Amino acid sequence: MEGDVVQMGAYIGAGLACTGMGGAAVGVGHVVGNFLSGALRNPSAAGGQTATMFIGIAFSEALGIFSFLVALLLMFAV
Amino acid sequence: MAEDAKEGGAELVFHPMDQFIVKPLFGDGPVGLFTVTNVTFWMALTVLAIFALLVLGTSGRSTIPTRIQSIAELAYGFIRKMVEDVAGKDALPYFPYIMTLFMFIVFSNFLGLIPGSFTTTSHIAVTAVMAMAVFLAVTILGFVKNGAGFLGVFWISSAPLVLRPVLALIEVISYFVRPVSHSIRLAGNMMAGHAVIKVFAAFAPMVLISTGIGLVVTPLSIIAITAIYALEVLVSFIQAYVFTILTCVYLKDALHPHH
Amino acid sequence: MASETHDAAGTASACVDAGGGAIGMPQLCGEWMGNQVFWLVITLIVIFFILSRIALPRIAAVLSERQGTITNDLAAAEDLKVKAQEAEEAYNKALADARAEAQNIVAATKAEIKAELDVATAKADAEIAAKAAEGEKAIAEIRANALVSVKDVAKDTAKELVSAMGGKADARSITSAVTAKLKG
Repeated sequence: MEGDVVQMGAYIGAGLACTGMGGAAVGVGHVVGNFLSGALRNPSAAGGQTATMFIGIAFSEALGIFSFLVALLLMFAV
Repeated sequence: MAEDAKEGGAELVFHPMDQFIVKPLFGDGPVGLFTVTNVTFWMALTVLAIFALLVLGTSGRSTIPTRIQSIAELAYGFIRKMVEDVAGKDALPYFPYIMTLFMFIVFSNFLGLIPGSFTTTSHIAVTAVMAMAVFLAVTILGFVKNGAGFLGVFWISSAPLVLRPVLALIEVISYFVRPVSHSIRLAGNMMAGHAVIKVFAAFAPMVLISTGIGLVVTPLSIIAITAIYALEVLVSFIQAYVFTILTCVYLKDALHPHH
Repeated sequence: MASETHDAAGTASACVDAGGGAIGMPQLCGEWMGNQVFWLVITLIVIFFILSRIALPRIAAVLSERQGTITNDLAAAEDLKVKAQEAEEAYNKALADARAEAQNIVAATKAEIKAELDVATAKADAEIAAKAAEGEKAIAEIRANALVSVKDVAKDTAKELVSAMGGKADARSITSAVTAKLKG
């Protein structure tokens, strides 16, 4: 019985951790959207900043991956 | 989910993590340090693919390139330009190391997309070794090139003096989180995509269990597999690109610690 | 959860259950990590040597060779362009020369024709003048002759008239009278 409660808690926690991925999605969308609006204002400068955009995407996406990892750990490793 | 969802006589089988199991290639024994496993097999395939593209593909050395040769030249120019643009001209001696990382990751990711294959880069052990190698190399290089001046990477001289200790603390923490995020980003992305495909694949035979729900679920899951697969093709390349460009960014910090 | 479902009898690994399924996350299975790291290091070293010994120098050589070829071709194209321009200039010059010469020839011919024409005109003029002089001379002669005949006729007529009227006129007075009349 005790084990069942622990398992339930782990699954609930995993589900809650997955909400963090939504935040990462918002962040990535924000980065790309702002890049695009800036790039449409000044298309000539956009080409040189693509790498910067990808770095920004990578950083904000990493946090979503962290929450995904926490979910996986709760489900499989706890 | 190792548990199987039972419904009536037939059952849906969820084994999204089974594709990441390391097993010996020959026989059934335990996995030792030097055992030839499916990891060995897929890494060897990666080496062969890189050899085929970059060595056999360019064996013509033609001034007007063939298709394969122009792909090889494209990869070369892509990484070389990235190193030069992001890390600066004095980072060009480290170009072969970065190219090695990029080629390995991109080929592992794409070979992992073959159905039934094993994705070496989805294992944290693999990406962590590469990320730690980058981290240690960059840190040692920074101290060798700049001496104690490398600590200037934590001391942001453009910020107000009051904020600098706080910022320095944040910078130190973020510096040591680098290898963690660097490795988990790649492994997590690859693992997530493959696991999601596998979960949808487990839903696909629903029509065999319950025809009513199955007529909706089965086509939907097949379409979803296709869509996620397309996304994974994109992610495979972008994650290799991101890993490489972050390596270049860290290298730039080591070579020019004062922002 | 991992150890709870683990069936030690049917498997050689702590991370795989009896049915060959994964227990927990395979990524976190400690007994596989050494193997992965070992093969990864070997793979990376092999790739590094393939790249740094064979592939990258070769691609760099091909690219720089192509750059050289392109530069040479561009220089050759530049040369050819200059040559083409020179040829065009020479052509234009030849054209202008030919035009000038043609104009010269036209002018010379015109002058020649004019000179000939002038000569011919002068000759014709002279002939005409000579003819006119001759004609005038003939006319003068005819007129002189006519005058003389008129005098004779007048003298004869006057003599006849005088004799018809019954007078007798001597030739000298008639002549002088006729001459005076003719002059008047």
